[in-house]
Amino acid sequence: MEKKIRVLVAKPGLDGHDRGAKIVARALRDAGMEVIYTGLHQTAEMVVETAIQEDVDVVGLSLLSGAHMTLFVDVARLIKKKGLDDVLIIGGGIIPEEDISKLHKEGIAGVFGPGTPCEDIIKFIKENVKR
Amino acid sequence: MKDIAKKVLSGDSRAIARLITLAENNDPSANDSMKDIHPHTGKAHVIGITGVMGSGKSTLIYELTRLYRKQGKTVGIIAIDPTSPFSGGALLGDRVRMMELTMDEGVFIRSMGTRGMLGGLASAVYDVVEILDASGKDVVIVETVGVGQAEVDIIKIADTTLVIIVPGLGDSIQTLKAGVMEIADIYVVNKADRAGVEQTVAEVESLVDITCSEKERKTPILSTIAKHGEGVKELIIEIENHEKYLKKTKEFETKRRLRYEAELIEIIRKRLMNFIFDEEQFKDKVELLIDQISKKQIDPHSAAEEILSKILK
Repeated sequence: MEKKIRVLVAKPGLDGHDRGAKIVARALRDAGMEVIYTGLHQTAEMVVETAIQEDVDVVGLSLLSGAHMTLFVDVARLIKKKGLDDVLIIGGGIIPEEDISKLHKEGIAGVFGPGTPCEDIIKFIKENVKR
Repeated sequence: MKDIAKKVLSGDSRAIARLITLAENNDPSANDSMKDIHPHTGKAHVIGITGVMGSGKSTLIYELTRLYRKQGKTVGIIAIDPTSPFSGGALLGDRVRMMELTMDEGVFIRSMGTRGMLGGLASAVYDVVEILDASGKDVVIVETVGVGQAEVDIIKIADTTLVIIVPGLGDSIQTLKAGVMEIADIYVVNKADRAGVEQTVAEVESLVDITCSEKERKTPILSTIAKHGEGVKELIIEIENHEKYLKKTKEFETKRRLRYEAELIEIIRKRLMNFIFDEEQFKDKVELLIDQISKKQIDPHSAAEEILSKILK
């Protein structure tokens, strides 16, 4: 058996800055993962439907616009509602310290701010992936 | 019948997605389900789309799919991108051009890494075509990796192979070379708003004149501007014409037989390779032989002989 970790890297909402997402996508690729990149302006429904079709182990959300408390939470709730219990959700971007614990409570297991070394994200995924 | 196979047959997205994963991972638990769904396959028309990177394959698939959906047909899309030979990872980015199809229940898109295959396809692609076919998709579209000259495996799986060319990639001698330029059932000259399109079309026309002079069917050449949807309606008509032609002649059976042959070879190859290179009893022996070859203590042919003689006895 040759299991590979599949990760969806998604940019929900109207934020058009995807440099960070692309850097993370490439780092995960170089760590041996299969990264599905969907491009900008995804709705929560699109992110979750893509996660279903691609049968990913991880959904990684990137947002720099400040709307993470709405959009990350929308995605996390929809993932829960659809019963995708074995999907690990992580998020990154400009996220104030006080929001992090709230995001954890909503099921976003890892939250990574600016300056996080890519190795930290890779390690987190490898240690927390659910299947 | 296993639950997952039943769900695949009913078109359930999550079951389809999960069975694809199991097949991709060579998980033995996929075998029973693949057995169960096989009698329900063979109905979908399989379109292969190949061409150099950046030629517009994904965009063309998006436009084709939109039209098929207007005709009420359901579509499965398999988009293949290369796996890194160094890390084993892959960046699968074809969905970017097909984003608008995500929420359409009549469309299922799956991205795949080549995972070591060299012919432009992924090893599990045969299984994935069967799964999407069994799930009731009317059309299954397979997008190869961006190809060079020699990645021609798509013809082993597609009923209709489209070769996408763009203007400005070389002179007429390029079109005469063996390989990718030989495999088209339909040539598509995309990005037809670019300079040099007349010359490219003329070169392909002269190629078709030479290669099809004795044949019953002359390979059609279409110009498209995929990003504006231009020429796509005509392309769908040509794909239909080709399907009718295949069914009228014996070629349809020949093509399907070729697919099953290729699939059988691939399954055997995969299992044999896993057996030799992953099973404990051989692993150490293989490593030892590679060391010996490096040190010039044995040559590669004799080493292969030694491994095969162990299996074949």
